[in-house]
Amino acid sequence: MTSILRSRNIIIGLIFLAILFPFITQNEYFLHVMTLAFIWMIAVYGLNLLAGYTGYLSLAHAGFFAIGAYAFGLLTVKAGFGFWPAFLIAPMITAAIGFLIGLIALRTKEHFFAIYTLCVGYIIYLVIDKWEGLTGGVRGLIGIPPPSNIGPVSLSTPLAQYYFVFAILLLVILVIYRLIHSLTGRTFIAIRNSEDLALSLGISTTKNKLLSFVLSTFFAGIAGTLYACFIRFIGPDIGNINITFDLLTYLIVGGIGTLSGPIVGTLLIVWLSQNLQFLQDYRMLIFGPLLTLMVIFSPGGISGLFSQWYAKRHLKKSAKFTKAEEQV
Amino acid sequence: MDVLLQQLFNGLTVGSVYSLVALGLTLVYGILHIPNFAHGALYMIGAYITYTMMSSLGFHYLISLVISIIVVGFISVLMERLVFHPLKESTPIQHKVAAIGMLLFLESLAQLIWGADYQQMETPFAQVIDLFGLTVTMQRLIIVITAIVAMIILYLFLKRTYTGATIIAMAQNREGAHLVGINTNKVAMLTFFIAGVLAALGASLTSPINLVFPSMGHLVILKAFVIIIIGGMGSIPGAILGGYIIGFSESIGATYLSSNYSDIISFALLVIILTIKPQGIFSKGGA
Repeated sequence: MTSILRSRNIIIGLIFLAILFPFITQNEYFLHVMTLAFIWMIAVYGLNLLAGYTGYLSLAHAGFFAIGAYAFGLLTVKAGFGFWPAFLIAPMITAAIGFLIGLIALRTKEHFFAIYTLCVGYIIYLVIDKWEGLTGGVRGLIGIPPPSNIGPVSLSTPLAQYYFVFAILLLVILVIYRLIHSLTGRTFIAIRNSEDLALSLGISTTKNKLLSFVLSTFFAGIAGTLYACFIRFIGPDIGNINITFDLLTYLIVGGIGTLSGPIVGTLLIVWLSQNLQFLQDYRMLIFGPLLTLMVIFSPGGISGLFSQWYAKRHLKKSAKFTKAEEQV
Repeated sequence: MDVLLQQLFNGLTVGSVYSLVALGLTLVYGILHIPNFAHGALYMIGAYITYTMMSSLGFHYLISLVISIIVVGFISVLMERLVFHPLKESTPIQHKVAAIGMLLFLESLAQLIWGADYQQMETPFAQVIDLFGLTVTMQRLIIVITAIVAMIILYLFLKRTYTGATIIAMAQNREGAHLVGINTNKVAMLTFFIAGVLAALGASLTSPINLVFPSMGHLVILKAFVIIIIGGMGSIPGAILGGYIIGFSESIGATYLSSNYSDIISFALLVIILTIKPQGIFSKGGA
């Protein structure tokens, strides 16, 4: 009856569905697409934390995704690290670079921040593309190892990797959930709503903005790392600005600043793209206007639209109740 | 010495085009306070229209250029009407996302119509001439002269005509302009038209010495942003000056440092500038 029970049921149902998914389809290609979608979701959650909750639109997100992927790739292929140490270090390297860039980038605001990060993203892409000695340039990195075993459990099959990525996604969502319902999360939202007001309340905006930025890059780093060990080949294109725009599309269509937005948007667009295979290179013909229409008519995305509808229905119901009570 | 002069002339050519594109961007920013990421797509569409007019319909280069300018001007106005006007009251993130949506759409559209291949555009002005000991192609000379003439016309239009004054008034204070009876809708449309015209002009001029392809706007628009930050967002002289600064530093950097990294130079410049002065240099305070 109550909404908490309702949303909890939905969440449990979704988790079950995700666990059962491999048995429903039995199709390895679908499994592959789904795993990839989970990886994108993690990156989108990172972007959401910064753009949706703190109000800073970073256009360098694909750059950090690429840094995560390349950090993992270089650690395993060139430095000879094992899977697990590299898996833990790569996101930390990304976050460390994010920290340094964030220190400077966050001195700028609004449009300047977006343009600044756009340029930073482009520089990251150019460095990966041109620094052949380290990154292999356009040829990319090959021979990245797949996830190694956890004790007796092997992670080499697509099915095992699906569950592995899914488990990490769940962990990420849990962390984000706890974060945005904590004081820190409230602080982020306060900064989004009015930075000056937050500042006058005694909130250290610089510290909190930096925290949000570093966490955002950390999640991008995790996603990049997962991508590297899942696809096992990386090229400079994963740092391209187009990837940032893709992630942004997932976020805006799903619902920026909502917890379910990244899931809804990513799933919808990834599956739409799969079914619109004939469009492939032209998919932006549909998603570009969709993005624009979304911000004009439903700034909260699909999730926002749903919660609006739900709130309205709820309001109507409670109005009916009070009317009935009055009559009694 | 000769190499330096040659590079300076190249810088002048490249800088002229950058200035044209940045001028449109800065005008739109001044009026609506939107960084129009879709501006690069207008630039690209402008090049394609000129190319198509010449290759498929057999028009002369100059006639094609004029057609392209007018068409892109109207596309730009359409963009303002359909996208930015409805978003007047929304948050900065929404503006930027809407602009990105338009950019992605126009790029995809260009790829659908003209294909992903690189196209070479012909020019009737390919002859090489000797200019005070420098060998330059006629096309490059035309780029520089046309760009400077266009900038002078724009300057006179803004400073000497009544309509131009309304644009400046609106850039200075939107509500104030509205209060004294300026039709802000009309001014916004006019500004977008001029911005589209300038982008198409820049693209059509430079395409014969570069190539035409769907993502050709990417780098140019990024550099235009660098330029208007250097020149102060919304400042017209700043956009012109910034365009030439970037043009010269790139062509000289490419000669004396490494041509491989010439694209990084302008971004590195921006990163350094914003690191030292987060509001941009020459900013009039308040982002």
